[in-house]
Amino acid sequence: MKLFRVRGGVHPDYRKELSSEKATVPFPLPKRLYMPLQQHIGAPAEPLVAIGDRVLKGQMIARGAGAVSAPVHAPTSGVVADIGNHTAPHPSGLPQRTIVIEPDGEDEWAPLPEPVADHLSLTPADIARRVAEAGIVGLGGATFPSAVKLDLRSRYKLDILLVNGAECEPYLTCDDRLMREHADEVMDGVRIMAYALEVQTVLIAIEDNKPQALAAMTRAAAGLGGDIRVVGVPVRYPMGSERHLTLALTGRETPARKLTADIGVVVHNVATARAVSQAIRSGRPLISRLVTVSGSAIAEPKNIEVPLGVQVSELIAFCGGLTEQPRRIISGGPMMGQPLPTTEVPVIKGTSGILALTHAETNEKAAQPCIRCGTCVTACPCGLVPVEMAAFIRKDNLDGAQAAGVLDCVSCGSCSYVCPSHIPLVHYFNYAKGRINALERDKRKRDLVKKLVEARAERMERLAKAKREALAAKKAAAEAAKAAKAAAEAAKPAEAPVSEDKASEDKASA
Amino acid sequence: MTVVIDKSGPFAHAPTSVQRTMTLVLAALLPATAFNIWLFGWPALLLFAVTLAAALATEAGCLRLLGRPLSPTLWDGSAALTGWLLAMSLPPWAPWWIGAVGSFVAIAFGKHMFGGIGQNVFNPAMVARVALLISFPVQMTIFTRPAPIGQAGSPGFLESLAITFGGRFDVDALSAASALGHVKTELSRGIPVTDSMAKAPELMDLMLGTIPGSFGETSAILILLGGAFLLAKRIITWHIPAAMLGTIFVLGTVFNALDPARHADGLFHLLSGATFLGAFFIATDYVTSPVARQGQIVYGIGVGLLTWIIRTYAGYPEGVAFAVLLMNAMTPLIDRGFRPRVFGRTRRGEPLPVKGGK
Repeated sequence: MKLFRVRGGVHPDYRKELSSEKATVPFPLPKRLYMPLQQHIGAPAEPLVAIGDRVLKGQMIARGAGAVSAPVHAPTSGVVADIGNHTAPHPSGLPQRTIVIEPDGEDEWAPLPEPVADHLSLTPADIARRVAEAGIVGLGGATFPSAVKLDLRSRYKLDILLVNGAECEPYLTCDDRLMREHADEVMDGVRIMAYALEVQTVLIAIEDNKPQALAAMTRAAAGLGGDIRVVGVPVRYPMGSERHLTLALTGRETPARKLTADIGVVVHNVATARAVSQAIRSGRPLISRLVTVSGSAIAEPKNIEVPLGVQVSELIAFCGGLTEQPRRIISGGPMMGQPLPTTEVPVIKGTSGILALTHAETNEKAAQPCIRCGTCVTACPCGLVPVEMAAFIRKDNLDGAQAAGVLDCVSCGSCSYVCPSHIPLVHYFNYAKGRINALERDKRKRDLVKKLVEARAERMERLAKAKREALAAKKAAAEAAKAAKAAAEAAKPAEAPVSEDKASEDKASA
Repeated sequence: MTVVIDKSGPFAHAPTSVQRTMTLVLAALLPATAFNIWLFGWPALLLFAVTLAAALATEAGCLRLLGRPLSPTLWDGSAALTGWLLAMSLPPWAPWWIGAVGSFVAIAFGKHMFGGIGQNVFNPAMVARVALLISFPVQMTIFTRPAPIGQAGSPGFLESLAITFGGRFDVDALSAASALGHVKTELSRGIPVTDSMAKAPELMDLMLGTIPGSFGETSAILILLGGAFLLAKRIITWHIPAAMLGTIFVLGTVFNALDPARHADGLFHLLSGATFLGAFFIATDYVTSPVARQGQIVYGIGVGLLTWIIRTYAGYPEGVAFAVLLMNAMTPLIDRGFRPRVFGRTRRGEPLPVKGGK
């Protein structure tokens, strides 16, 4: 298949050989599972259980709240030991509302939704609803609720489902293993999603450094009918970026500040496809995922089918522990993953990998002055000029940075990766994006407050005016009555003082 | 277990550093430098050593004066590269103080006045070369005939000390004009290029570098070798050298065809003077050239155009240094106007129109 040119990108040291030939192994039941209520983009889920409740495997323990949210299910049967704040798997190390489950070892299943053998008997809306109820989110790491993305057909003209098996991050091999070991399940999920999206064309993109996955998926796609193409894409980071992959495969360039759906393409990860298949075929919600545990500081790198909620420290212990004090512990890949402040945090739906990287691997050095070599400009897949944006941000000139396009940056890290001066460019850009967003939020808030104050002033003014008018009308009426009375008085003078008093009372109340 | 978090990713890095870049550039200069030390003898080596040492000493002095740490800046190779390139652009038998003053001007005025590494607008080595050329035109234009070490006419070590540090050498007996200088002088005497070219060095000599000229500029082929090494190592890209060399060659060829008596041909322009050194090592200086490929092409064309204009119409026989400095001044403007198109936007920065779908 003809591919389209994508600018920039880098060739990092992939190190996938550390774990790529390790078949996935299941993780044994741990002593405790920590289920944060927010494992997805959107509103946190709301707990449906109380401390002390017995929960069953696959039972919904927190329901999605609002249009963009996802429920959470119990990964095994057990007792709710706590609902409280626990450290979230996030660089901040801040706590988050978490349901803690103590497994009882029975692994007893809850009643699940009816399995569906023929997905064509369901409507696309039914499929989206079941995917939503299964708590499935984008498993490539973005964790956007999948059901929302499966429901896009009503708002956008879609014609292509792009299934992302590129796995362009170094070290990570869980998608590779998934495609090799569960190709049929993935392909089944892909067909269900294509049906739900009502698209005719399916493209499955896999980087050329995964020949076995390519072969397995090609085999699985053979004889299925329909327009399903498994496509090898060049090995170049960040090929798996949604917009760049779409451009490479379809030649369609997503306009700035728009979605790929705007140009007719919906992108889902291969692991998401498998989760969709499981949700429809067996009613199984998302309660586990494949995680690559790797890095030179890990004794035995592995690909593991991990129940959600397992502590990272237990996962590392399962891989033989650490061989040395790592420089970084990372959730995800080394390019775009999040550094973890501690290993006492759980695996969540978006955890594609846990990496313990040594000093030699991170190759961090003190930043030196920029020598304007322009390598960052060449590497940027978004056509930005990182050197210029960083110069603006260093002077805290956020307007300048915004004009230079910092909000179009996808934080892929290619510029930082190649910078000979080791300048943490992405750090600058993330700072600027955060600040600009915060300022915009503040501005929106201020505008809203201003609008409310103005509306209130106007309302008060209107009320006062209405009151004045009412009063004037009353006064006029009173005067008219007085005049009438006076006229009557002239005929019958005895009651005059009473009427006088009433008029003065009216004046006082005004 | 806890780990300190002090920055966002990526947590992987290419095996690149400023030091590595500078070291590779220095390595690329080595063949041409070694050849020319052999070609011009001990005085060239002495001048080279003095210039390099002065560059490092000035860098150290400036850093000390500014209260900045010496490490890693002093040893990242950038000051050494400035001194090295300056030495290569000097007449090989120039007195030691030419190199010392030049290095001081390059590092103190050309670099630290602007704020140190990465901040200078102009190429420090070229600032020094032009300052020297204007201040000491005599010393800067006495070129010697090649006198390879070990051959007749090559001064011994003691004799060389006297030449470099005592300024004692027979100018009339040993000096010779550079190829560009020869053509220019003859032209000013009314002798057409077509005639003066007869006495200019053969093309083969220009290629190999066995000609009078600046210390490091004579051997086109060895400089090309170094340039190819930098291209292969991806330290530089083809954009600036190709644009500059292409422009000079096209202008030279076209105008030579139009009026051969007035204009030297394209190949002669390419192979003489500082064209190759300028194209691969001086115009490609990171700090003072545009950062985007698009801008680098414009910049390279500009350097080529100005070089040819100065060589052809101005008073100086060689124009690379001036051309580079003039285009350095244009770099901020070029950076503004010539840049990649942002993903999802038009060249003007507007979001692309929404199309596609069913």
